[in-house]
Amino acid sequence: MSVIATPVAGERLLGRTMRGARSWLPAVAVLLLGLGLWEGLVAALDVQRFLLPPPSDIARTFWDERDALWSAGWYTFKEALGGFLIGCSAGIAVALVLARWRGLSSAIMPYAIAANAVPIIAFAPITNQWFGVLNPLSKMAIAAVLCFFPVLVNALRGLTSVHPSSIELMRSYAAGEVEIFRRVRIPNSLPFLFSALKVASVLAMIGAVVGEYFGGTQEALGVQIRNSAALFAFETAWAAILVASILGISFYLAIVLLERLTMGWHPSARAAE
Amino acid sequence: MSAAAVSLRKVGKTFARGEVTAVEEIDLDVQPGEFISLIGPSGCGKSTLLRIVGDLIQPSSGEVVVNGKSANQARRDGDYGIVFQDAVLYDWRTVTRNIALPLEMAGWDRSKRDARVKEMVELVELTGFEKRHPWELSGGMQQRVAIARALSFSPALLLMDEPFGALDEMTRERLNGELLRIWAETGCTVLFVTHSIAEAVFLSTRVVVMSPRPGRITEIIPIDLPQPRTYETREEPRFFELVTQLREALHGGSEREPSLRAAEAE
Ligand SMILES: Nc1ncnc2c1ncn2[C@@H]1O[C@H](COP(=O)(O)OP(=O)(O)OP(=O)(O)O)[C@@H](O)[C@H]1O
Ligand SMILES: [Mg+2]
Repeated sequence: MSVIATPVAGERLLGRTMRGARSWLPAVAVLLLGLGLWEGLVAALDVQRFLLPPPSDIARTFWDERDALWSAGWYTFKEALGGFLIGCSAGIAVALVLARWRGLSSAIMPYAIAANAVPIIAFAPITNQWFGVLNPLSKMAIAAVLCFFPVLVNALRGLTSVHPSSIELMRSYAAGEVEIFRRVRIPNSLPFLFSALKVASVLAMIGAVVGEYFGGTQEALGVQIRNSAALFAFETAWAAILVASILGISFYLAIVLLERLTMGWHPSARAAE
Repeated sequence: MSAAAVSLRKVGKTFARGEVTAVEEIDLDVQPGEFISLIGPSGCGKSTLLRIVGDLIQPSSGEVVVNGKSANQARRDGDYGIVFQDAVLYDWRTVTRNIALPLEMAGWDRSKRDARVKEMVELVELTGFEKRHPWELSGGMQQRVAIARALSFSPALLLMDEPFGALDEMTRERLNGELLRIWAETGCTVLFVTHSIAEAVFLSTRVVVMSPRPGRITEIIPIDLPQPRTYETREEPRFFELVTQLREALHGGSEREPSLRAAEAE
C-alpha cells in the first residue's frame, strides 16, 4: 500500500512545487533582469563607485563581512523589536481605555490623529539626548513612539466600528461591558489591528536605523551604514542596507504569519488559500 | 390572575436626531402563549417597538412590563430571544459557534450545548454548513442561523423581526410550520413582525395593524382559525376572509395618508 502511495504522493508534491514555481517565476525573472540591468548599466556607463556600486560587489562584501553585518543587524533588530513591543502594547492598552470611555476618546483622539501625521522620526535626535546616545533605549523610544499612533488609531477604529445591532444582540443576552469587549469588540478589531501591526513593524525598523544615524554604538547597523558611507566604503554601506532590508521584510512576514494564525476566519485569509 | 407576557401602556418613542416620532400612544397587552404579529407599512415603528420590549432602546414615554417585571429586569434574566431584521452574525464564528453563542453565555456545558446546536442545525436545514463562516452563506442561510440561535435556548418570549423575509416561499412555509410546532410545544409567547398578510393570518392568534407617522396601532384583529394550523388551514374559506379583512385594515391605515400629507404641506 505504502509502496504504491509513495510515488503518488511524491508526484503530487512535485506537481505542487511546479505550480508554485510557475507563480513565482515572473517575480524571480524580474529580480534577475533588474540585477542584470543594474550590473550591465553600471559597467557600460562607467558609473562611479560612490554613486552606485555594481550588485556583484555588494554581494561580495555582503558575504565577506557577513559576521560583522549580521551581528550589527541583530543589535538593531533587537532595538526595533523592543520599541515595537512597547509602542504596540501601549497603543492597544490606550485604545482599550478610549473605547471603553468614549468621552475620553473625543478629548484625545484629535491629537492622536494629528500626531499620526507628524514626521515623528524628526524627534530622533531628541530621544537620543533623553536616554543617552549609546543607550539602546533611545532607539527603542523613537521606534515605540512611531508604532504607538498608528496602532492606537487603528485599534480604536476596530474596537468602535461595530455594527450597533451586534452590540444589541449581546445586550439581549444580558452581557456586560467586559463580555461585549471580549466577544465582539476585540474580535472585530483584529483585522484593523493587524494592518496597523504590519505598518508598525516597518516603522520600528525605520525608527531604529534612522535613530542610529544620529549617533549610537559602533555595534549598531545604522551607525555602520553612516560611517561606511562617510568613509567611502559604499559596498559595505549597501550590504548593511541589504541586511536592514532582509530583517525588515522578515519582521513584516512574521506579523503576516501571526495574522494568518490568529485570524484564519477572515475572508482575506481564505481568499489567499 | 396571571401576569401579561408583554404589557405596553401609552408607549412612545421620539428619536432625538431629526425629531422623528417613531411610535406614539402604543397600548398592547400580550397574554402568555399568544402569537402576535405586527404588520404595517415600512417605517411605522415595528422594529422600534420590538427593541423597546427587548430593553435595547428606552421609550420616551409610557410603561413597559415584560413577564411581570420591568423590561430591563426581563433582559437581565434572559427572558427573551431576538431575531433582528438583518441576521447579525459574528464573522469570526462558524455557523455552529454562532448558534451556540447564547448557550455559551448562559453557561451550558459542552456536551449539552453540542447536542442542542446539532438539533438546531437540522431544524433550519443547514447540515453540512456547520463549519462555514457567515460570509460563506447566502442571505437566507444567514437568517436561518439567526433563527436557530434565537430558538436554541428556548426563551419564554420570542421577538422576531421579519425573520423569514429573506427566504424562498417553500422554506418559509416549512419554517412557519416548525415555528408553530415549537410555539405549541414550549408554550412560549411570540411577537412577530412581518410584511406578509398571509403569513400573519396563518401564524397568529392576533394581528396588530399599525400605521405610520407617527406609528400607532390602528386595529387588532383576532385570528379565530382552529389550532393546530396545518397546510389545509391556508385553504379554508375563513383563512381567506381573514386575509381580506386584514388587507382592508392595512389599506384603511394608508388611505389616511394623502390627507395627512396635505395637512403637513399647509
Ligand atoms: N436609531 C434611530 N435613530 C433615528 N431614527 C430612527 C432610528 N431607528 C428608527 N428610526 C426611525 O423610526 C421610524 C420607525 O423605524 P422602524 O425601524 O421601527 O420601522 P419599521 O416599521 O421596522 O420599518 P420596516 O418595515 O421598514 O423595517 C423610522 O421613521 C425611522 O427613520
Ligand atoms: Mg423594521
